[in-house]
Amino acid sequence: MNKSLLPLEVHDLTVSYNRKPVLYGIDLEIQEGGLIGIIGPNGAGKSTLIKSIMGIIPSNGGWVKIFGKKGKKSYQRVGYVPQRESVDWDFPVSVLDVVLMGRFGHAGWLKRTSKKDKKIAHECLEKVNMSPFADRQIGKLSGGQQQRVFLARALAQESDLYLMDEPFAGVDAVTENAIIELLRELKQKGKTLIVVHHDLSNAKEYFDQIILLNMRLIAYGDANTTFTKDLLQKTYGGRLTVFTEIADQSAKNSDVGH
Amino acid sequence: MDAAQVADGSDLVSKTLRFFSFSDHSVQVVVLGVIFMGVGCGLMGGFVVTRKLSLFGDTLSHAVLPGVAVGFLWSQSKNSISIVVGAMIAGFLGVLLISLIKKSTKVGLDSALGLVLSGFYAVGICLLTRIQKLEFGNQSGIDRYLFGQITGLSAADVWSMGISCLLIALITTIFYKEILVTGFDPGFAHSIGLPVDLLQYLLWMLLAFSVITSLQVVGVILVSALLIIPAATASIITQKMKALLIWSASLGMIAGVTGSYISFLGSRLPTGPLIVLSSTLLFVTVLFLHYENGLFIQWIRLRGKDRKIALENTLKAVYQELEADNFFHDTVKLGNLAKRRRISMPEMYQESVHLVRKDFAFLLRGENQTLPSDNTLSLTPTGWSEACRIVRNHRLWELYLTNEVQYPADHVHEDAEKIEHVLGDETVRKIERILSNPRKDPHGKLIPSQQDIEQGYIDRRIAKSLP
Repeated sequence: MNKSLLPLEVHDLTVSYNRKPVLYGIDLEIQEGGLIGIIGPNGAGKSTLIKSIMGIIPSNGGWVKIFGKKGKKSYQRVGYVPQRESVDWDFPVSVLDVVLMGRFGHAGWLKRTSKKDKKIAHECLEKVNMSPFADRQIGKLSGGQQQRVFLARALAQESDLYLMDEPFAGVDAVTENAIIELLRELKQKGKTLIVVHHDLSNAKEYFDQIILLNMRLIAYGDANTTFTKDLLQKTYGGRLTVFTEIADQSAKNSDVGH
Repeated sequence: MDAAQVADGSDLVSKTLRFFSFSDHSVQVVVLGVIFMGVGCGLMGGFVVTRKLSLFGDTLSHAVLPGVAVGFLWSQSKNSISIVVGAMIAGFLGVLLISLIKKSTKVGLDSALGLVLSGFYAVGICLLTRIQKLEFGNQSGIDRYLFGQITGLSAADVWSMGISCLLIALITTIFYKEILVTGFDPGFAHSIGLPVDLLQYLLWMLLAFSVITSLQVVGVILVSALLIIPAATASIITQKMKALLIWSASLGMIAGVTGSYISFLGSRLPTGPLIVLSSTLLFVTVLFLHYENGLFIQWIRLRGKDRKIALENTLKAVYQELEADNFFHDTVKLGNLAKRRRISMPEMYQESVHLVRKDFAFLLRGENQTLPSDNTLSLTPTGWSEACRIVRNHRLWELYLTNEVQYPADHVHEDAEKIEHVLGDETVRKIERILSNPRKDPHGKLIPSQQDIEQGYIDRRIAKSLP
């Protein structure tokens, strides 16, 4: 495959928050058509990685290419699913309104969403079994239902690459099954899905490939080769604390120097 | 010129006629002004309140004050573009400072807003006080920006209000979908390539327009009320963005016209506060009396629910009393029921009256006329099936908890006391299927079946066969 058309290519990506380094020199080359999990402990920078790939958090160094393109133009082929807690669910919009937002990128500026957009939105709601709730205000849904609305919005985007931030967090078992089924279906269609996940117990079962992350990339590859005791210990274990401390210190020192 | 004073001396009807016939020039100016103001602020308020940034409008209105003062000093006159420009610049600086504080320090947004609000306001007051001591400052009426004054509103002022209102309506319509998505989910908006920060600044700019043009009518402090109250009222009425904006704008307009009308009646009260009071009154009215979300209807519903539960508990008690002597009698004494329900005799009597009124039972006078506890209740067919239904719900749920959820038998009763009132038919069918139509509850008591309900009594042979 032409390397420049990889769904996602990340080179030496470095991000810091309030002068504290969060991600260090991340290199990734993601091949097309896979279900990939990002695994790591709390504060490992899993969400930060996704957000900085989407440019929501500015990076301090390195670059990101999506299907060979950099910057805003590249976002058109990406569907981003933020964490459920990141939005205000009291906002006065209905379920259908939210799903229609997935069509905004297609509609373009100044144009209203068309009948076709509405049809697609309804179809996507159907796929996540949320059609009966189309007119409901989003605050009146359960956590699992809210997550499914977010997923329907992502489906409506008809993207080729999906970045999902903890879609399984705080959802019921039925929703979790429905979501994983849907993700597998998307993968079958040749889409590439990168999913932040925190539950180690089912990670190996859910994902073909796994990215182990703790401030830096620990490992990336087939679930069989990466989801090993050794590498997990490296990701979650205490061996990295020295690295974190030194990184913190050097960041502080360099601040003093400037 | 002075609307309030011209009106003095005429009676209420003629004043009302004059106000609403819209023929007076001064009335025209005032009414058009408050309509533009109400609609503009109402629309902007809708966007601000739904983003949970109500305090932002307040901060902006205070932050523009130094700009107003500097603009006035620059041009040395009241009606000039330099005041608007000055106010815009000051407002922009305020917004910039807020985002700077937020980005570079650990100070929270609320503190940053408060900081900018009070800081800029203090500077503004100092400047205004200086101006009033200047020669030309004396009669300038610059203090109207602090407390607001609608009299003396010029045609030019109304023009600027109209333009600002039109601009707000136009831009928020054109960019409606972009503003909507950046408000709800900024991260997602960014991911579909929208310039989130730019749209944010556009919104703040429009907010500044509405604040600055309203400033001289209601003053720095009350401007935020024009933004917040109509939008807050609208958010009780509807949960759809478009409807909320339309409601908010309409409520702002109604409050504006009402306030200026009351002021016109010659009450000698200032128009600005009257507008805000009208708006507050609308809010309180909606809060209490809205047919769906109002507090009054919620209270009624709650009362209804409490009543329904009490009624069902009495029916259940009647059933249990009948069961206690193996369905030998078909009436129960009120005294026994009161004991079982653990309520007083007068309360019990009241309950039985409710049952009778609902056609669930007959009340029969006892032998001893003076003893109310001797009165007896006899269930009607509908009362019987209701009583069976509630007992059935209770016992099925108990059995479900013990058999399927593995609750200990002595833990299930209290839970069932609550659940019995809310179990829907569909859930009951489901539980029946899971437990394959059981006849006995965990305590060995009979669970009334569909057949028992239909035939209107429980076969004593079946009842007896149970321990």
